[in-house]
Amino acid sequence: MATKEKEFIGAAEIKEEEIPVEEMFLNMGPSHPSMHGIVRIMVRITGERIVWSDVEIGYLHRGFEKSCENNSWNSAQIYTDRLNYVSPIINNVGYCMTVEKLMGIEVPERGEYVRTLVSEVSRIADHITALGAAAMEVGAFTAFLYAMKAREWLYDLIEAACGARITTNFARVGGLCADLPEGWIADCKTMMPQVEGVIVEMDKLLTRNRIFVDRMKGVGAVPPDKAVEFGFTGPLLRASGVPYDVRRAFPYSVYDRMEFTVPLGTNGDCFDRFLVRMEEMRQSVRIVYQCMEQLPEGPVNSDDKRAYRPAKSNVYGNIEGLMNQFKLVMHNHGINPPPGETYCSVEGGNGEVGFYIVSDGKDKPYKCRCRPPCLPLVQAIPYMLRDHFIADVVPVFGSLNMIGGELDR
Amino acid sequence: MPKVDYKNLPVNYQTSVQKAEMGLWEKIYYPEVIRGLWITTGHFMRNMTVHTLHLFGLAKDKRGAVTYQYPEERRPIHRRYRGRHRLTKKDDGSERCTACMLCETICPTNCIYIVPEEHPDPTVEKHPARYEIDILRCCFCGYCVEACPCDAIRMDTSVVEIANWDRTKMVFKKEYLMADIEGPGAPPKDDPPEWWLK
Repeated sequence: MATKEKEFIGAAEIKEEEIPVEEMFLNMGPSHPSMHGIVRIMVRITGERIVWSDVEIGYLHRGFEKSCENNSWNSAQIYTDRLNYVSPIINNVGYCMTVEKLMGIEVPERGEYVRTLVSEVSRIADHITALGAAAMEVGAFTAFLYAMKAREWLYDLIEAACGARITTNFARVGGLCADLPEGWIADCKTMMPQVEGVIVEMDKLLTRNRIFVDRMKGVGAVPPDKAVEFGFTGPLLRASGVPYDVRRAFPYSVYDRMEFTVPLGTNGDCFDRFLVRMEEMRQSVRIVYQCMEQLPEGPVNSDDKRAYRPAKSNVYGNIEGLMNQFKLVMHNHGINPPPGETYCSVEGGNGEVGFYIVSDGKDKPYKCRCRPPCLPLVQAIPYMLRDHFIADVVPVFGSLNMIGGELDR
Repeated sequence: MPKVDYKNLPVNYQTSVQKAEMGLWEKIYYPEVIRGLWITTGHFMRNMTVHTLHLFGLAKDKRGAVTYQYPEERRPIHRRYRGRHRLTKKDDGSERCTACMLCETICPTNCIYIVPEEHPDPTVEKHPARYEIDILRCCFCGYCVEACPCDAIRMDTSVVEIANWDRTKMVFKKEYLMADIEGPGAPPKDDPPEWWLK
């Protein structure tokens, strides 16, 4: 017994180089509990240390761009719901803003406010899901359940506004599918303090939690110049210390009237990403409150007859409205943006969601390209995982918040 | 790559999220564990108190947990929720649809199939002989409802349990779509709501 113990202690003292280790190839995914969605990370390890890694994507490819080309301008919007399916309203708004930019349509002030409001609500839902899932993967299951509870409240709000929890289809070219329902603002006002409470609780459970910090700190660090090289946007870029936020750099909707700060990290590691997302949620709550305060009265939809459907009372009631309705729906009529191309971007949950559309003057997009914020993040995984341990794959991947629908399109 | 002065990019209002290093208090680890347990225990006690009160029939307005005991207890569904479609009826019980094909045209998934025919009543021009929705293809976007010029199709049924053992039964026929829906989620029979007409 004594000798065995001695042998055991002696074994621990052998230096790493002396242990004969064979290189081993390991697949994480495509279907793995710690992979959000379906993606395959291949790692070559010696012992526990990663010597090489690569990512295989494309398991959720649905042909977003081609599908858009086969649908009318408004119908193509339903495919944007399926991009970032945790915060689909931001994608809806981004797509519609692009088409509006091409057609030169102005959305009324209230419409812009409502768009900003629901975008921020879904941004909180996006971040809280990302943080909850990241925390769950490193073992903090309670924080995940609290986050899901808060997300449920936010999804309730979204359901009340647009009639679906995930496939929202909220925005339209020239406005929204409908104004906010009666009592929505009151609901939001009661819900937001509760959501803030959950954010505080998550903060208490995680930020000073030594297990969590030890797993996250110093892991997967990306310096600012590398982050820019990779094409990062969103919370990951800001965690590296680069102050780029589309809402600040190119203010769209009514973000130029909002007071909020752009949180910045310094190291660009997983823990900084966590802190940046945490702070961004607080700022989003702040924007939601400001939007509700400043929300003006008036119409939400543009009265541009080229794009937005006429009021239903006109469609049911008079022939002009009826004809307008038919003109907007029939094949080869519909919305006809002038020939040209344009790019417009919004700040999504993971970064800059951009849409580049080309119109040839017909009722269908000639080309609709989406700039997915996830793709640059995922292509940096081999860089982030260099010289790390196999256990670090999980926090690195969790902090990316990869969304399969957006990555593979 | 050109040098970029990251600190002085033209973006105002920026804050650092950097927290202080973990002190001795956090490194001892146990005080923080107790603090975390304090939060979770607080939740547990509160929820259990509410559940116990529910057993005695008290505090029914408070919820012990966010989960619903489906199917005994149903989540309230908002009126705007896009559930299963229904075809509205005229006062005489015939369908309001005039087979104008707008919903079939706008449907992004081509899940609506209409066969128009002459209406037996000479004052009415057309009506659908067949109106089918392949609910397996439907993506519940609600464009058919928006396109309809005579308020003939609505998605306000709040029916979310759409399941069957047979794919062929998932192609809903006109009679099924026109049938009255009973139960707590039954749609209102009156005119379309105010927000819809705006």
